[in-house]
Amino acid sequence: MAKETAAVTTYGDHEMITPQNKLRKAVSDKPFDPNDDPVARAEQALADLSGNFSSWMDEECERLDQARLACKTLGFTTAYKEKLFHAAHDIKGEAATFGFPACAGAADSLCRLIEYAPDPTKIPVKLVDQHVDAVRAIIREYTRSDAIALAAELNKRLREVTDEFLLHENRERPDVIASILGPSIIPNG
Amino acid sequence: MAVRIDFAKLRFLVIDDNAHMRRILRTLLHGFGAREVYEAEDGASGLESFTHYVPDIVITDWAMPIFDGLELTQMIRQPGANSNPYVAIVMLTGHSEKKRVTAARDAGITEFLAKPISAKGLYERIVNVVASPRPFIKTKNYFGPDRRRMTSSNYSGPDRRKGGKADVFRQSALLDKVRAPG
Repeated sequence: MAKETAAVTTYGDHEMITPQNKLRKAVSDKPFDPNDDPVARAEQALADLSGNFSSWMDEECERLDQARLACKTLGFTTAYKEKLFHAAHDIKGEAATFGFPACAGAADSLCRLIEYAPDPTKIPVKLVDQHVDAVRAIIREYTRSDAIALAAELNKRLREVTDEFLLHENRERPDVIASILGPSIIPNG
Repeated sequence: MAVRIDFAKLRFLVIDDNAHMRRILRTLLHGFGAREVYEAEDGASGLESFTHYVPDIVITDWAMPIFDGLELTQMIRQPGANSNPYVAIVMLTGHSEKKRVTAARDAGITEFLAKPISAKGLYERIVNVVASPRPFIKTKNYFGPDRRRMTSSNYSGPDRRKGGKADVFRQSALLDKVRAPG
């Protein structure tokens, strides 16, 4: 297989390399067609897929529940802790896409609880239960007229309790506290 | 005038352990007009697929089993170790902390896209890597796209692009810190 070709400029402690631009082949020289919007096409394709989202979210919730059960019955080992983290992390990332944005906060709070607890065996099981049950309840009750407001209140309280626990557990680790309190690149995220 | 991309001329590799997210990405890419979209479900099979399919653009998740998107990026960004260490890598992740963006940048990703995914966000990242590729920088401990995206008229530090000796960034400590925070 042919190797890349590249132009190299050498500076005092580094090189600047300009590789052959193999992607230029994809820049279209066709006249701009205002009626052809690739983003709109993709959004429509996603909308066509959206009939699956509710059942996909149910599957993700089931996965979260199974991971919670494994941690509770078999212990907060590295493997089970990671399964629980990944399940919550996936829900956090998919929630808005699947039409349940209000459950992302509880899933995010659970991720933080697992990620920043220095000793996972000290994580209160009840707090894990509250997070998992909150995610499930928010999704289950999503059609209620007050669902978004209730979810916001639930997410806020879970985040407060989690942060209180994490700040106490990391009281000797200022760098971790800085991360816990650090900014998100997503507004209100 | 806006740059238009012919997605049918691009080959994509999507690496994500979540089957639902792979389906969503495939749907969006096909919606843009892509025809060649390959998938892998973890970092190890992702690296294998990278070697086998020689994609133009890699879209990878961060948190994955076996090895994660950050480690995968570092494996790809090895000059001389594979056929295309310059490949465009878009990291799509649920991580949204600023330190994560910095760590991903220092591992050599080309673009960062935080979930929730949107058609517009993904499209913009792809147009950016195709139409505005950045040069690569090779130092003692970094190989990847130029991390400087803009120039500041107020900058007053040493100018490393005019020769002479300058500071060397220690990135490994930051990467280790991000990987094992708890």
